[in-house]
Amino acid sequence: MNNTTRQIQAWLLLLPALCLLAAFTHYPVIRTVWRSFAGSGVRMSDTLHLDNYRYLLEDEVLLQVLSNSFWYAAITVPVSIALAIAMALWVNTKLRGVGLLRLAYFTPTLLPMISVANIWLFFYSTEIGLLNNILGYFGADAVNWLGDPDISLYSLMAMTIWKEAGFFMIFYLAALQTISPDLYHAAALENASRWTIFKRITFPLLMPTTLFVLVNAILNAFKLVDHLFILTKGGPNNSSNLLLYYIFENAFSFFDTAYASALTVLLLIILVFLALLQFGVLEKRVHYR
Amino acid sequence: MMSDFLSVSHLSRSYGEFHAVNDISFSAKQGEFIALLGPSGCGKSTTLKMIAGLELPTAGKIEISGSDVVNTPPGKRNLSMVFQSYALFPHMSVKENILFGLKARKVPKQERNKRLNEAVEMVDLGPHINKKPGQLSGGQCQRVALARTIVSNAPLCLMDEPLSNLDTKLRAEMRSEIRSLQKKLGLTVVYVTHDQIEAMSMADSIILLNEGRIEQASTPEAFYEQPETPFVAKFIGHPPMNLIEFDDLLVGVRPEHISLIEQGGLVASVVESDYQGSETILTTSYKDSTIRLSLAGKRVLTPGAAVNIQWAPENEHHFSSSSGQRIERTHSVMNS
Repeated sequence: MNNTTRQIQAWLLLLPALCLLAAFTHYPVIRTVWRSFAGSGVRMSDTLHLDNYRYLLEDEVLLQVLSNSFWYAAITVPVSIALAIAMALWVNTKLRGVGLLRLAYFTPTLLPMISVANIWLFFYSTEIGLLNNILGYFGADAVNWLGDPDISLYSLMAMTIWKEAGFFMIFYLAALQTISPDLYHAAALENASRWTIFKRITFPLLMPTTLFVLVNAILNAFKLVDHLFILTKGGPNNSSNLLLYYIFENAFSFFDTAYASALTVLLLIILVFLALLQFGVLEKRVHYR
Repeated sequence: MMSDFLSVSHLSRSYGEFHAVNDISFSAKQGEFIALLGPSGCGKSTTLKMIAGLELPTAGKIEISGSDVVNTPPGKRNLSMVFQSYALFPHMSVKENILFGLKARKVPKQERNKRLNEAVEMVDLGPHINKKPGQLSGGQCQRVALARTIVSNAPLCLMDEPLSNLDTKLRAEMRSEIRSLQKKLGLTVVYVTHDQIEAMSMADSIILLNEGRIEQASTPEAFYEQPETPFVAKFIGHPPMNLIEFDDLLVGVRPEHISLIEQGGLVASVVESDYQGSETILTTSYKDSTIRLSLAGKRVLTPGAAVNIQWAPENEHHFSSSSGQRIERTHSVMNS
């Protein structure tokens, strides 16, 4: 086979994937950027302009949404990672019934976000909700978990952590099982405490997994907003609104697709920046075997 | 007389129905080098792990310096261990690996560095101290593991097949290095191996295990000259001792003790000759038994040829074919 036909064959093999990527990733990105400069409302204007970005700088709701998104990621990511490690260490033993325990921790991951939100809606309901019933049993006042602007975002965080931690646990569990027991034997012979062993051996050896999980967790924090549709719709008064949901609102509730495009560009910039930061800074401190 | 530094009595470990270690007793004096030898699955590693405290015995006693340590955690038994896998922490530098134990034990910094420098010098790791284990060769990794033992200052060192991941040449080098280190530091060593050469060349005394039991415990010389059972006879020596059946007797003769003669002796037929340079291993068959001879130089014979072989009566070992036990030689099969 000569070189040209080889080239053609290669391109033909790549074609299906390229079509999908182009149609559903590259083209929309270009359209989005284009619309953020050329659009106004749902229409396209005749000239390129910066109106959408100018509005972006003045938008007070956006400020609130960004702050929500920041805290949402800043709290759910470390907490779910810490919980995931703790659960993985706990189920990485040879106890009887540990398989069931692993399954129990993993179950939330198997459920679609919408179902999870519906389950938690039942927990959080003011009148019939599980949490308030428990509080009432101890004589405490009922809490408006989703309706109180000071609490709603935290309620969402709790649910997210519940859902995510089990998923990350699986990665940590897999990583833990690749660590040679001899290392722990060697440490035990040196009379190292459990904390020393964790801090100096287990945690550093889990770093590649942590990096991977961290990237995923942060992306998820920006990406997963399904539960907002069920639980709070970003309210009350945008107290639980997150960036992606705000983009959705602008595009499909307020029909300001041009502004939504500008917001999307902002989201992309944030994600690229975070990815660079993680791989650039953390990569140097990770030991790969 | 010096009392025993390490004493293991009636030690057993079973996993359900399986007896990995079955009623083993032995002891070691201070500064003694003991080899636990045996085929894989004989219980030698399990025994070592029980001494280390990494595995709990189902029965029996382990005493170190006179005190029972069965319920003492591994870190408080005052011993160090060298693993087959080296057990180096892959994310730490050589230096950090060596210092890990001292830091965990909160040894003051000055003392730590003093011991580190001594150990690094002893095992010749100077230029590699800031490298990670991944950048070292197998032999260098093993030296790091030895340095870890040295800095621990523990009087007892357990070694679990420390040389089996190294190539033959390096293995020979490390054998003498470990032995001289052990002498220099006055360490009591329990050394697990499946390699008879390591056991024979390094140990003061050898304990040969088979299916969880002690087959023989004695000096290397006695293993070669006075094997107690046919198992021991076949385990030590290369090629292994010939076991030839004569009526109710199992007669053992080492290949290197048999010679070819012009006439007389036993008449065997040649099966194959295996020339190995300094010697030729001649395989012959005599009645239902196979007899191997180790002959100096190149002695290639045609298969099927008849040869006369003989050995000196004092090189004959007799075992009862019913009990398998060694019995004193009353006559030589050569003369009958």
